[in-house]
Amino acid sequence: MRNIFLFIRRYFNFLLFLTLQGISIFLIISYSNHHYAAFSRVANNVTGQINSRYSSVQHYFYLKRTNDSLLKANELLYNKLKGNFALPDTTTRSYVDSIRIDSILQYRRYTYVGARVVANSVAAPNNFIVLDRGKKAGIKEGMGVVDPNNAVVGIITETTDDYSVVMSLLHKDSHISGKLKKGEETGTLSWDGKEPNLVSLTNIPKSAKISVGDSVITSGFSTTFPKGIMLGRVEGIYKEASSNYYKVKFFTAANFHNLPYAYVIQNAEQDAVNKILEKINKQP
Amino acid sequence: MSSLVKNILRFILFILFQVYILDKIRLHQMVTPYIYFMFILWLPFKMKRGWLMLLGFLLGFTLDNFRHHPGFHAAACVLIAYVRPFLINLLIPQEGAETNYEEPSFKSLGGILPYLIYSGVLILLHNSWLFFLEAWQFGNFWYFFVKTILSTAVALMLVLSTELLFSRKQPFRTNTA
Repeated sequence: MRNIFLFIRRYFNFLLFLTLQGISIFLIISYSNHHYAAFSRVANNVTGQINSRYSSVQHYFYLKRTNDSLLKANELLYNKLKGNFALPDTTTRSYVDSIRIDSILQYRRYTYVGARVVANSVAAPNNFIVLDRGKKAGIKEGMGVVDPNNAVVGIITETTDDYSVVMSLLHKDSHISGKLKKGEETGTLSWDGKEPNLVSLTNIPKSAKISVGDSVITSGFSTTFPKGIMLGRVEGIYKEASSNYYKVKFFTAANFHNLPYAYVIQNAEQDAVNKILEKINKQP
Repeated sequence: MSSLVKNILRFILFILFQVYILDKIRLHQMVTPYIYFMFILWLPFKMKRGWLMLLGFLLGFTLDNFRHHPGFHAAACVLIAYVRPFLINLLIPQEGAETNYEEPSFKSLGGILPYLIYSGVLILLHNSWLFFLEAWQFGNFWYFFVKTILSTAVALMLVLSTELLFSRKQPFRTNTA
């Protein structure tokens, strides 16, 4: 027993060094598996407050660009207004039955909630974005995030009362399902950690006809994003050795360098779908 | 100003400077400018190694929380805090010289060259361990290697210019007084 204490006293510094390194590496690994502790919420609240102070100053420098992008978004919305469209002139009029029948009635599935970006990183190998709205605004983990021009930015991974953390597309764990607008082939998104506007789409079959400049959109196969939201434009097509698949690299439609505002997409059916999926996963 | 207050102020200033100024600068994907570890380089000579490591861990962990993925910088800072006393023992010009000055600088290490070696080795260790941990997740050796070399060169320039801009006046202390 005495020898053990002597050993610890003799090598105290080295043991402390090993312990601290162990804690750090444990933090790195456990975070990737989303096993974050209650502590990270406190930390996020503190850094979130400092970040929002800073960003309120920084936002002044982006006002012009923000206005431009909002103008573009408004233009898009105005063009979709019902009043812009006229009914074709026909001699026989068509009526819509006023009886409420399920097949005609439309209901809302997705709701957009606007939020301000208080912190954003691009240069790190795993990038996160912090928004200034959280649980109080009804934001939950797993919701999708788009920029003011309706291009995909990322997915919510953590929420506190007033802040939420978004895992951006530029993160090694970010695997959104995307597809080519022309041929409807679907694939999985991934980022190689290098250039902050170049993301790749893997598992595209070689039968697909792709050309540079094609649009890549969301597939709608997950509960996070509606179908057909812009992801980006194809930059190049690369053959993957010894497989039947292409790797398609594309420029992201969202500009991560300039991101003053973002919208969180709430899906009213997310819980229902996830419950069914859970049931399937539980079965042996 | 007492040593404690000075170091607390330095801690806050270095973290804020790193997060809100250097992290906003995008030089190139291969270069990440770092300067916050100068807090560890500037800690007093007489501080015990255990405290050095704990402070290093705290510094790295604080920066990690701004980046939302804890562990990376904490590991790198603990490593350089552990190695620092060995390096000082090797580089100090004569035995007992560390009692004459409070903390490492051009003067106390005996010239610009020993100080450059001191900071260069620590920065290289910090960057290689940090980028190794990151590359271990991505798994690309050459990317890691080039990034370490370039970032170390940039960080060394930053450290030198900080050292020249903010000269720290340190009185020569003797045992006779």
